[in-house]
Amino acid sequence: MNIFPDEVIEQIFGYVTSQRDRNALSLVCKNWHKLERCSRKSVLIGNCYSISPERVIERFPELKSLTLKGKPHFADFNLVPHGWGGFVYPWIEALAKTKVDLEKLKLKRMVVTDEGLELLARSFMNFKSLVLLSCEGFTTTGLAAIAANCRFLRELDLQENEVDDHKGQWLSCFPDCCTSLVSLNFACLKGEINLGALERLVARSPNLKSLRLNHTVPLSALQRILMQAPQLVDLGIGSFIHDPHSEVYTRLKNTIIKCKSMTSLSGFFEVLPGCLRAIYPVCMNLTALNLSYAAGIHCRELIKLIRRCGKLQRLWIMDCIGDYGLGVVASTCKDLQELRVFPSVLIGLNGPAGVSEKGLVAISMGCTKLHSLLYFCQQMTNAALITVAKNCPNCIRFRLCILDPTKPDPDTLQPLDEGFGAIVQSCKQLRRLSLSGQLTDRVFLYIGVYAEQLEMLSIAFAGQSDKGMMYVLNGCKKLRKLEIRDSPFGDPALLTDMGKYETMRSLWMSSCDVTIGACKALAEKMRRLNVEIFNENEKVDCSVDGGQKVQKMYLYRTLAGRRNDAPEHVWIL
Amino acid sequence: MAKEDLGLEITELRLGLPDTEHVSVANKNGEKKNKRVFSEIDGVGDENSSSGGGDRKMESKNQVVGWPPVCSYRKKNSVNEASKMYVKVSMDGAPFLRKMDLGLHKGYSDLAFALEKLFGCYGMVEALKNAENSEHVPIYEDKDGDWMLVGDVPWEMFMESCKRLRIMKRADAKGFGLQPKGSLKGFIESVGK
Repeated sequence: MNIFPDEVIEQIFGYVTSQRDRNALSLVCKNWHKLERCSRKSVLIGNCYSISPERVIERFPELKSLTLKGKPHFADFNLVPHGWGGFVYPWIEALAKTKVDLEKLKLKRMVVTDEGLELLARSFMNFKSLVLLSCEGFTTTGLAAIAANCRFLRELDLQENEVDDHKGQWLSCFPDCCTSLVSLNFACLKGEINLGALERLVARSPNLKSLRLNHTVPLSALQRILMQAPQLVDLGIGSFIHDPHSEVYTRLKNTIIKCKSMTSLSGFFEVLPGCLRAIYPVCMNLTALNLSYAAGIHCRELIKLIRRCGKLQRLWIMDCIGDYGLGVVASTCKDLQELRVFPSVLIGLNGPAGVSEKGLVAISMGCTKLHSLLYFCQQMTNAALITVAKNCPNCIRFRLCILDPTKPDPDTLQPLDEGFGAIVQSCKQLRRLSLSGQLTDRVFLYIGVYAEQLEMLSIAFAGQSDKGMMYVLNGCKKLRKLEIRDSPFGDPALLTDMGKYETMRSLWMSSCDVTIGACKALAEKMRRLNVEIFNENEKVDCSVDGGQKVQKMYLYRTLAGRRNDAPEHVWIL
Repeated sequence: MAKEDLGLEITELRLGLPDTEHVSVANKNGEKKNKRVFSEIDGVGDENSSSGGGDRKMESKNQVVGWPPVCSYRKKNSVNEASKMYVKVSMDGAPFLRKMDLGLHKGYSDLAFALEKLFGCYGMVEALKNAENSEHVPIYEDKDGDWMLVGDVPWEMFMESCKRLRIMKRADAKGFGLQPKGSLKGFIESVGK
């Protein structure tokens, strides 16, 4: 392998960007391993507890961009007790200490503190991008530190975080010399911001392409901002309430017409339906539309809007659009690739009851390019799933959530095994699957046999016996994440193939039939797994009888050994 | 003796989670049976649920944590501003009042937890189940201006008629002019006299 000098090989490696490909390169030979690791700029650590920060830094000294994920996915649904973990501070500390030239940090489901943000802001001279997804633990004080100290900041992207808003002047902390902003997203903040400071910031940021406002930014301010930034590509509207006959509104309409580059729209946290006309001019260019938080837009207006969006590739909406509305989507949005339909039942809307299998079938017939789906619905039938499977063989992500989690096919009263079986058989590239509805072990047999590319599987209230889980563990060779709740899988399934878990990132099982004894046995045998057990906020009794069932178990492969930051009610075996 | 008429079914021991709605449903023979039905969210009768491993989970579906699987951020933020139902909440002894959005809560036990958090007073959940024995009593003023004991009427009816809330000290409650529906102890005492 010494045909080319190292510099040339490194150059070639530069064209290889995907982490998986680079991992493959590093396994070829020792020299390639060394060359690869010394030139790797971007690293993703899918589980922050799988390895220590020191080891990551040691291996990749040229690290510029780090992505970390903390809590397991089911933390989103309040299934992980408060204080479980996922603290980013040790990582920031380690990076600062070894003087890594960090430029980008992206965190998902982690606990971030103001101290961490302050340390981050002070330690990395070339820091450019901070992306926080579903994180918690910090306040606007931490954001102020980032704004004030990161002189070359290009991106501050806050998505769906729980931020304590001190209603301070964090936005005013961007110094006048900061003109490098490309992306600013503070939609998840609850408090008021200094509108003047925002407008001045936008005015001095000629490269600003993405701006997402929170609900406190009124329509009048939006108009002034858009005047300064007609080049925006992605806009998140905060409040969209104004008298449609007012001068302010007319000015907004005229300003929006000038935003010729706009292709992505979101927000509308507060909206007066009559105001939507103002955005009609940009609809025909939109490739992404997220109205999943726009509770104020009713079905009719939603449909009127969508009829104008012929180029949509990504659409996130609420189920008040109804089956008829989805039919409109199907006939209008021929380029649609990703669709997410969220339940409006959460907000107690008493309207037509959501969506059903009919809407999904319509979508599958009209939107042949669909590859990602998240669909909350009232009911589903096997026939519909079989049709969808036939129409969308290129589906990569298929997540179906029937609001009644064990509801059978309402037409035949049969379980939905055959329907999902058709999905996994037809969608040969399927990487992610979420099941719901009445399901027996049979569906897992299908998954095990056909879902060859499956990497993530979410199971709830499904199956009849250990066989179900065993089919999956045995069959899905590429499985990385398995999360199960409220299903009758127990010790035999858990212990059937212990080595399998070292090939996966993690396994979650809650309200199943797994016992403490089995978890102990697993932890004992597999030293490179951390097996964590927790019950709801009670300190776990270590002396308890091994036959007792475990409420929640989360296990993951790790090279870092036991972690020492777990709270009292989390027991690491 | 027709026990049912006395409204004594609330004395029945039953296994079930707090706040599960018990609705009297007449079966084929016209007999009324108290049947546990699912909330509107599920919209499904018992017939569809008695199969597979789902059985034992069914009863607790009303209170199932984390279902539907929508992330908590989205749950908190998908509320239409217009549909918020803010009411004033006062607690005896507290220097200032608070405001609370009834629309955010799914039922009485949810409300009780929220009240406990708001004022740092424990025992709200107990108070709702057993007003006789707790230190504080939650009451509310309804549309007619009457002060009612919280927990008597169905949740939706309560949400619509509640104008303000008050957490009162039990000691002060006697003689306040409450209008409890089916106040058990009082009834039994009066029957016994």
